This record gives sequence, C-alpha cells and structure tokens, in this order.
Amino acid sequence: MRPTRAVSAALLTVFAAASVVACSSDDSTTNTPTEAAECAPSGEETVNLSFTSWIPGIEDVVATWNEQNPGIQVEVQTGPNGNSGTYQNFFNQLRAGNAPDLGQIEYDALASFRVQGGLENIGGCDVVQDAQGKFIDWTWDQVSFGEEGAAYAVPQDTGPMALFYRADLFEEAGIAVPTTWDEYAQAAEKIAAEGGKITNFSTADINQFAGFAWQNGASWFSADDAGWDVTITGDETLEVANYWQDLLERDLVATYPAWTDEWNNAYNSSEVWTWVSAVWGANTIQDGAPDTAGQWAVAPMPQWDTAAPAAGNWGGSSIAVFSGTDYPYEAAQFATWLNTSEEALTMLADSANIYPATTEGLTLPVLQEGVEFYGDQVIWDVFAEAANQVPSNFTWGPTMTDTYASISDGFKLVATGTSTVEDALVNGEEATVSTMKSQSIPVKE
Amino acid sequence: MSQTTAPTRRRARQPHQPAATGPRASLLSQVPAMGVMLIATLTFLTPIWWLFVASTKNRSDLVNTNGLWFADWNLSSNVSALLEYRDGVYLQWLLNSAAYTIGGALIGTLLAAMCGYALAKYQFRGREVLFNVVLGGVLVPLTTLALPLFLMFSLVNLTNTFWSVFLPSLVSPFGVYLSRIFAAASVPDEVLEAARLDGSNEVRTFFTVSIRLMFPALVTISLFQFVAIWNNFFLPLIMLRDEAIMPVTLGLYNWNSQISQIPELRGYVLTGALLSVIPLILMFSLLQRFWKNGLGAGAIK
Repeated sequence: MRPTRAVSAALLTVFAAASVVACSSDDSTTNTPTEAAECAPSGEETVNLSFTSWIPGIEDVVATWNEQNPGIQVEVQTGPNGNSGTYQNFFNQLRAGNAPDLGQIEYDALASFRVQGGLENIGGCDVVQDAQGKFIDWTWDQVSFGEEGAAYAVPQDTGPMALFYRADLFEEAGIAVPTTWDEYAQAAEKIAAEGGKITNFSTADINQFAGFAWQNGASWFSADDAGWDVTITGDETLEVANYWQDLLERDLVATYPAWTDEWNNAYNSSEVWTWVSAVWGANTIQDGAPDTAGQWAVAPMPQWDTAAPAAGNWGGSSIAVFSGTDYPYEAAQFATWLNTSEEALTMLADSANIYPATTEGLTLPVLQEGVEFYGDQVIWDVFAEAANQVPSNFTWGPTMTDTYASISDGFKLVATGTSTVEDALVNGEEATVSTMKSQSIPVKE
Repeated sequence: MSQTTAPTRRRARQPHQPAATGPRASLLSQVPAMGVMLIATLTFLTPIWWLFVASTKNRSDLVNTNGLWFADWNLSSNVSALLEYRDGVYLQWLLNSAAYTIGGALIGTLLAAMCGYALAKYQFRGREVLFNVVLGGVLVPLTTLALPLFLMFSLVNLTNTFWSVFLPSLVSPFGVYLSRIFAAASVPDEVLEAARLDGSNEVRTFFTVSIRLMFPALVTISLFQFVAIWNNFFLPLIMLRDEAIMPVTLGLYNWNSQISQIPELRGYVLTGALLSVIPLILMFSLLQRFWKNGLGAGAIK
C-alpha cells in the first residue's frame, strides 16, 4: 500500500533494533524450508480471532464476514500505517506473547517478521493451497519466499507501476509520450526547453527507486541455507542508478521531497509533467493537483527492453497469521476469503482503493470504470497489464527499516548535488550488511 | 500577612528612584526585549494561524491558495464533515482524551500533593533517598518507559484497555517535586502544630488545612499534568488497538498515516487538530490567574 516513509522509519529504528536483537536468537534466519504446520480446525464451536489492520473501512468488510460465519468471529484492531508504528507494535506484542491472530504486513516488511519467527506457515492449509493459483505469480513469491508449499501470509494488494502524464501538455508541445527510458530522457530535454521538468525524483522515499530497479530485473536480497546475499548494488540496479544520476546532473528532473505541499504544488502548477508511480498514485495526484483535473492520462511505464515488457511494483501488502495463534486453520480461512472473494475485494477497492492481488480481482466491475480525473480513461486496464508484468525474483531483506533509512540519507545528499545515487546505494549496502551482522543474521561475504 | 505591608514598602521606596534615568533605561532595554518577544510570539503563533486558516478551506483551496490567508470559508462544513465521518468517532476520541486527561490530572495531582507534602513535612528514615529517586524519575522520558510498561501490562492482560493508558498517567515525579517545594514554602509548621493541638488527625489536617495553603501550586501541577496527558502520544500508540478507547492524538495520527489511501482524511486531520487544541487553550486561559500565582509563590519564598 502506502510507500514507506523514511522519516517515520527512522523514528522507529531505535526501537526496532532493540526488539530485533532481543528476538533474533530464533534459528529461522535462513531460507531453510520449514514444515508447514498441521492445519486442522480447532474444533471449538465459536472461534474469536483478532486482526490488526490500518485500512480505512475494513471494519465493514469484516462485519460482512462475521455475519456469514458465525463460527469464526473476527475482531478488528486498528493502528497507524505499518511503518508509522503498527509494525513496532507487532514486534512488541510478539515479544510479550500477545500478538493478534492476523495482521496486515506490507511485502517489504514480511522478511523482518519471518526472520524473528513471528509468522505462522499456513501453506499446509487446504484453503490456502487451493487459493494459490488465483494470485498473480509474483505476489505468491513474496509471501512464500520461494519455498515450495509454504505461505507465510496471503497476498492482499499490489502496487503495479505505470506512467502518469499530462496528456494536454505533451500534446501542446508536440512531444510523443515516451515508451522507453531512452525516449523518456529525450522527452525530458524537450520539456526542460519548455520550462518544465519531466518528473520529480523522490529523494526522501526510496521505494520509487526500488520499483524502478525491480522493473529492470534487480533483486536486492536473496537467501539460502548459507545465509543472505545482499545485492543492492547489482548491475541491474546500478544501470537504473546511473540513468537517474544523468538526468539529475543535467537538471532535467525536480527533487522536491515527496508528499509535501511544494511537491503537490509542482504538479498542480504544471511545472512537473509526469510521475512514474503505482496504482494508488492515481489518488495522490487527484488530491494534490486538483487544478489539473481531466488533463492526466496513464500509459505503461517506459521500458528498458521493448521486446520483454516489464513493470515495477511500489507497495502492496499481505495478511499474515502470527505465530502463537491457536487458530491457524480459522485464520487462514478468513485471510483467504478477505483476499479472494469478489465481495470483499469490491468493498476494499471501494472504501480504500485497495488494488487486488488476484488475477480475477483485476477484472472487478469497480475497476472497469473510467475515472473523470483522467479524462474518463479506464486507467485500471494499464495497471492490470502492469501487474502481470512485474518480475518475480525481487526479494526484500530482513532489516528494511535500516536499509531504507541509510539509503534515503544518501539520496538527500544526491538532491543537493554532493553525492551520487550510486554512492548512496553502496553506503546503503554496507550499512545493511553491518546491521544484519549485528543482529546475528547470517550474511554471505 | 505580607499583603498589608507591601504597598507601604513600595511607596517608601519610590522617592529614592532617580526619576530621570528610570524610563530611559527601561526603554533602551525594552526595545530589544520586545523585539525578541515579538519574534518568539510570531514563531509560536504562525503554525496555529496556519492550522486555523487551513481548517477553513476546502480540499482544492488547500493546495491552490496561500497557506497563510483565507480562501472560501468552509470551516463549518469541514467541522460537520469531521464529526459525521465514521459515525462521529472523532467525538469519541475527544471524550476519551477528556477522560484520560481530567481523571489523570485530578488524581495525579492529589497523589503528587500527598507525596510531596509527606516528604516536606514529615521526618522519616530514607526520606532524602526517596526524594532523590523521585527526582531521578523526572529525568526519565515517558517514551523510554512505554515499552517496559507495555510488557508489564501484557503480563496482567491489561494492554488495549482504558487502564493501560490511564494508570501510568497518574504518577508525576515532577509534580511530587513541585509539591514538596510548595509544601515546604507555603505550609508553616506552626499551623500544623496548631491543628494537632486542636485534635485534628494528620489526614484531616492535610485535606482541610494544608491542601488549601498549597492550592495555587496544585493548580500549576494539575495544569502540567493536563498538558502532558493531553499531548501524550507514544504510550497510547503502543498500548491501544481499539479505536473506541483512543485519545484524539493517536486517532488523528492514524488518519494522517492513511492519507495516501483516503485523501479526504487530510482535511479531517487538519480540522481535527484545530479542534483538539481548543481545550488546551481554554484550560490555560481559565487557570492562568492561578498558575501565575503558583509559580510566583515558589520564587519569592
């Protein structure tokens, strides 16, 4: 869902580090396949489950479930967006032994929970096995960590990326809408000549950059029996880094801190022409740049290789079952219903713009409607195509809070011209490796 | 006692002041002082002014117009939209905040007063050690205590309850410290002895005599408590999951973290933040007379 904010992440790093150290004695640090737990009904007449989520309006969806399933009653607990405090609360609750049965966790945070033994493997549950085929392939890789028959969560939503652009400005200036990154750079020059900027390179929030790297087939982490491999400075990522470094050096992109008033204003005042962002970005622009209503359009994101089209992903979350629950079977039932039934997915899309992770979900009637702000374009078509083009191999690490904090520190220097994107990544990789070592997470040299 | 003598003394001193240098010297020192004050006032008031202006705007004006000046006046519709959103959960949060704060301030002040009074007026072994431990408590930020508190409350199954936030709000080391100073200064031993001679027991003396003498100090302490609890954020963040018992600070924070999914929340957060500072402003203006006195009383003696 919402992109990680480096600020709030940094705020919680201290506490996260403390709790990680306290819990990392657990032996499940590597990718050793763990037996999926026996998944049998508890046999109790009425099971009460607690479920923590920060999705606005999820109470109504859960109320529907409770009506239809008198035997499995779910109680919703709420909190702030994951990185703004809820993850920290999960860690605290796991330590105290009173974690909820189910919780919302974004893909990039799942590995942190798994490393600490916080997640129940519900891959052995019939209902989960049956549901696997319904999900977009790469989302299943995110929750199974590539293990056969495992599932540490059920995918909920995704953030496939596409190109939001000002159709009116491109047309007036006679510039073609770029389909490749080369064309994007050329368009950037022409737009600069018109006095605009092609886009804003987010320096406070590195998840957009991660999405670009993901599109190019990068993976920042991988793990096997011998430990974790940290590959933030892999070739695919560096290619992306150098591309943006070049645009930054030629002053073709803006560097406003994302999600601020200045940033909104840059879009609202037509200074910035495009934004390569995730499906939820449709709302962000609509809200931040109300004066430009009707002038935006959405196209697939620019490609490195048009022969093998790919898209990045930015955000997305899953519903995990926490270890220590007495009711893995019932929890799995609910999590699967919440993320596969048309009823639930429609309600979620309506109330909180949750973009479903199932292939069927992409064809929901609510996602077939034109959007007025985008000139009545059915923008969801573009994202549905993108969702299926996201590469599967991208893996998040177990200490993402720290990784984000250290890379985004570097990115802030990039904005002032005192550092480069590549340097920020190199420093981020070093910091990540040392954090992992300090938490006794095995790292391969 | 001193009130009767003070005016005479002031009158007596006046003729000795050199009339010529007085005003000029004060004018010279006044200008920079006023300048600094003015800048400080602006610095503190600007965000509140911005918040007020922002709360009067609709969503589109919020982005389009100058942040420090008004556009179309939408305050009342913003407020009613806020109060209607999610069945008025915002009002519930305000009530919760009031319950945590008023209860915490009253009981917390009473506990602090009793403790400080005992430390000031009774001789017992370990008194100074006890006082130093309490004083050490002033130095420990509430934030660092939140996690241990969470683990303790987990043991007794009290997390995510009203009590998990209310009970820790009742203790105020700083209040104990102030109470001791004020009790030592404003409750004369002679009065206590007189009360004892009259046959009053210690508890009764405290509630009928001492507490009245300490009253200005207690207003100050309860005001500090009030502000501290009203603004306390980290403890509820860690303890509470149930929207129905959240204070307004945590509720607004939750909304603020969901803005990217539900953009209209931005307006609700702004209006909600404006409404939530009103009780603080009211509290300060109503009690201003008392707490000024309270602070002064300690300083003079």
